[in-house]
Amino acid sequence: MATIADKRLTDIWGESSSLWRTLATVDHKTIGVRYMVTAFLFFIVGGIEALLLRIQLGSAESTFLSPDVYNQLFTMHGTTMIFFFATPMLFGFGNFLVPLMLGSRDMAFPRLNAFGYWVFLFSGLFMYSSFLIGAAPNGGWFAYVPLTSLQYSPGPNLDFWGLGLIFLSIASIGGAANFIVSILKMRAPGMSINRMPLFIWALLVTAFAVIFAIPPLTVANIFLVLERGFGFRFFESQYGGNPLLWQHLFWIFGHPDVYIIFLPAVGIVSEVVQVFSRRVVVGYTLLATAVVVTVIIAFGVWVHHMFAVGISPMASDLFSLASVVIGIPAGVQIFAWLATILTGKPRFQLPLMWVAGFIFVFVIGGLSGVMFPAASFDQQVTDSYFVVAHFHYVLFGGAVFPIFAGFYYWFPKIVGRMLNKRIGWWNFWLTFIGFNLTFFPMHIVGLLGMPRRVYTYQGGLGWDTINLISTIGSFVLAVGILLFIVNLIYSLNKGEKAGDNPWDAATLEWATTSPPEPYNFKTIPTIYSRVPLWDQKSHPNDESSNPDPTDPYQRETLVTSLLDAQPESRLIMPEASIIPLVLALVLVLVFAGLLIHVLWMTGIGVAVSLIVVGWWLWPTRQEAEAAAS
Amino acid sequence: MTVIPARSELPTQVSGSRSVGWWGLICLLLNEVVLFASLIASYLYIRFNSTAWPPLGVPKPELILPAIMTVILLSSSVFMHLAQRGIQRGDQSRLRIGLLIAFGLAVIFLALQVYEYMHSDVLPKDNTYGSLFFAITGIHGIHVLLAVLMNGYLQLRARLGHFSARRLQGVENVVLYWHFVDAVWILIVLSLYVSPYF
Repeated sequence: MATIADKRLTDIWGESSSLWRTLATVDHKTIGVRYMVTAFLFFIVGGIEALLLRIQLGSAESTFLSPDVYNQLFTMHGTTMIFFFATPMLFGFGNFLVPLMLGSRDMAFPRLNAFGYWVFLFSGLFMYSSFLIGAAPNGGWFAYVPLTSLQYSPGPNLDFWGLGLIFLSIASIGGAANFIVSILKMRAPGMSINRMPLFIWALLVTAFAVIFAIPPLTVANIFLVLERGFGFRFFESQYGGNPLLWQHLFWIFGHPDVYIIFLPAVGIVSEVVQVFSRRVVVGYTLLATAVVVTVIIAFGVWVHHMFAVGISPMASDLFSLASVVIGIPAGVQIFAWLATILTGKPRFQLPLMWVAGFIFVFVIGGLSGVMFPAASFDQQVTDSYFVVAHFHYVLFGGAVFPIFAGFYYWFPKIVGRMLNKRIGWWNFWLTFIGFNLTFFPMHIVGLLGMPRRVYTYQGGLGWDTINLISTIGSFVLAVGILLFIVNLIYSLNKGEKAGDNPWDAATLEWATTSPPEPYNFKTIPTIYSRVPLWDQKSHPNDESSNPDPTDPYQRETLVTSLLDAQPESRLIMPEASIIPLVLALVLVLVFAGLLIHVLWMTGIGVAVSLIVVGWWLWPTRQEAEAAAS
Repeated sequence: MTVIPARSELPTQVSGSRSVGWWGLICLLLNEVVLFASLIASYLYIRFNSTAWPPLGVPKPELILPAIMTVILLSSSVFMHLAQRGIQRGDQSRLRIGLLIAFGLAVIFLALQVYEYMHSDVLPKDNTYGSLFFAITGIHGIHVLLAVLMNGYLQLRARLGHFSARRLQGVENVVLYWHFVDAVWILIVLSLYVSPYF
């Protein structure tokens, strides 16, 4: 009987693999995997750019890269890693995991989800198409004016950058809204807000940070595009403008963005620490609160990126203070994780190894981090390699290590097979050693006075050996990452079969099959604690007598109340649709028109996109039937 | 204790904070709030770092036309509200008439904005004052235009009988967006038109 029921569920929720479905899928798991694969490809591209930079810097007065190419490569390295790798990768984890962890059948807005992916992909290709004409963005990842004004950057390089980021922001906002609504309204019955997994907490807070942080960046970029392309004056002092306006707007976005990257990674760490310490995480409430507090303070520290531009001492003091205070919730989290590991029965398998690597590297990054709020120290090291060392320790350490922990932890769920342990061991240690070998020496060379963003340097300044060590380290790191790809390819076909819950984990995504069926769960579960799967073990006889109130044979899922997750209504879920892809393609036309100043093209694009939105919002057959009944 | 009701007790047509669409719109509006806050903060930042505001040679903003525009836009919100009240009681004609009048008022608002642009004392290329004025009012104008298009879309769907007292989430969302765009206009009037006099 079960098989007949399964088949019927698959008929309703499944999407066969025809071309149409490839272009039209709205399944959050497919979209999540696409996000992750695409973001990983951007990670590889950004990594190759970094290797080229390291070859250039490996020896004094190298002529491997020209200054202009060097500028393009370091700009695109930063832009790619921040905008096209880190955030989309964590959105990918979120898309795959959120409905599974919440016990839902999909996200609140499945078509918006598909649309977000296409926009992310196309905006990345839009920006990278600049390489085809040899005019990639070259103003650094924070694109300070007046360097990026038309006078000093006459090519289209910065137009690709500004327009590409405005384009991408559509995906970020849509994705964040989708996470917020899904997490607030789609939790399984009984999963009150204080029973949500910590990864979900982290993602919820991150999504709010995206909503509040992206608009200042968008405004800055609108100003930049209008000034460069349409004769507006925002940043030129002879017209009454102010170049510091750019810096303020950029960093009001830019500092919270650091936490947008870091906090979902923190969520991954909390999940891994709990499962591999074989005990409930210590300080659940403190960990959730720490995430919330961090993101609030994160909006009040942006000026510490600007201590060297001549801010008033009063403002410097205030922002110094806030920048010190933000270290406190980070400390709370570190101690809560350490306490969990020390009081549990830890299994040092690969996910926990990556987390241990994260803690080691991130604490070093945190130690250099608490130095910067001292404005006098900051002014000495700003724009030097000390800063480069610091933010790679916090971003690579704070995000990439947890992302790898997440890969090793959730790969069995996504694919149904385990990643290979032996290759994984080498993958971890080469990455860990390569990382430290690359970036630790940068602290020293920075203190010795080497500025960042220079394409070469003279020999005999005491920088040569240190730079060579960094370059060697970067290739060790690259081999480490390459081994992950090897592991991926090997394990996809030959990995050990995973089963539903290979790690004996506690959260709902492990309650279903690996990989999950299109409908996620046969019935929507009811939750009684923060660790539902461990409850089943400790209370095997407490079989839930609560039935699933939705009809699994309809394309519908459950909407519950905000705090207590009491069932409120049923939500009819849309079927696969080509509209998200069409709309994203039309938007390419809009932005391409702005780029090449063919405004009728933009006009047509806007008109068509409005029609497509109207088509999108038109009630579907099921909605009309449900309304009529 | 979690109580699971029967399927028949769970509606599919819900409105307000029980519907996911309403929450989606709230997220979008939060984003828009920050967008306009960033724009107005940029205006104030430039203003308080300038020696003269408006810059020398530029007259202070004209107040009569924006006052008329404000009255027109705010009264359109009243008609949107009446349209929503109408459909909440199942009154289709009130919905359609309210939408139509609000549509007309917003179109007049946009026409007056175009008139204002054509007779402006200052252009974007002249100085940052002019750039900020056109950028901020222009971005707001685009929002009004979007609201007008949404209104037209609602009128089309209302004509096809898509709305009822039980099924009005689409109307609610557009009305909420409309009120938001009008509220932002008040902030813009205070910052861009009134504040230079102080």
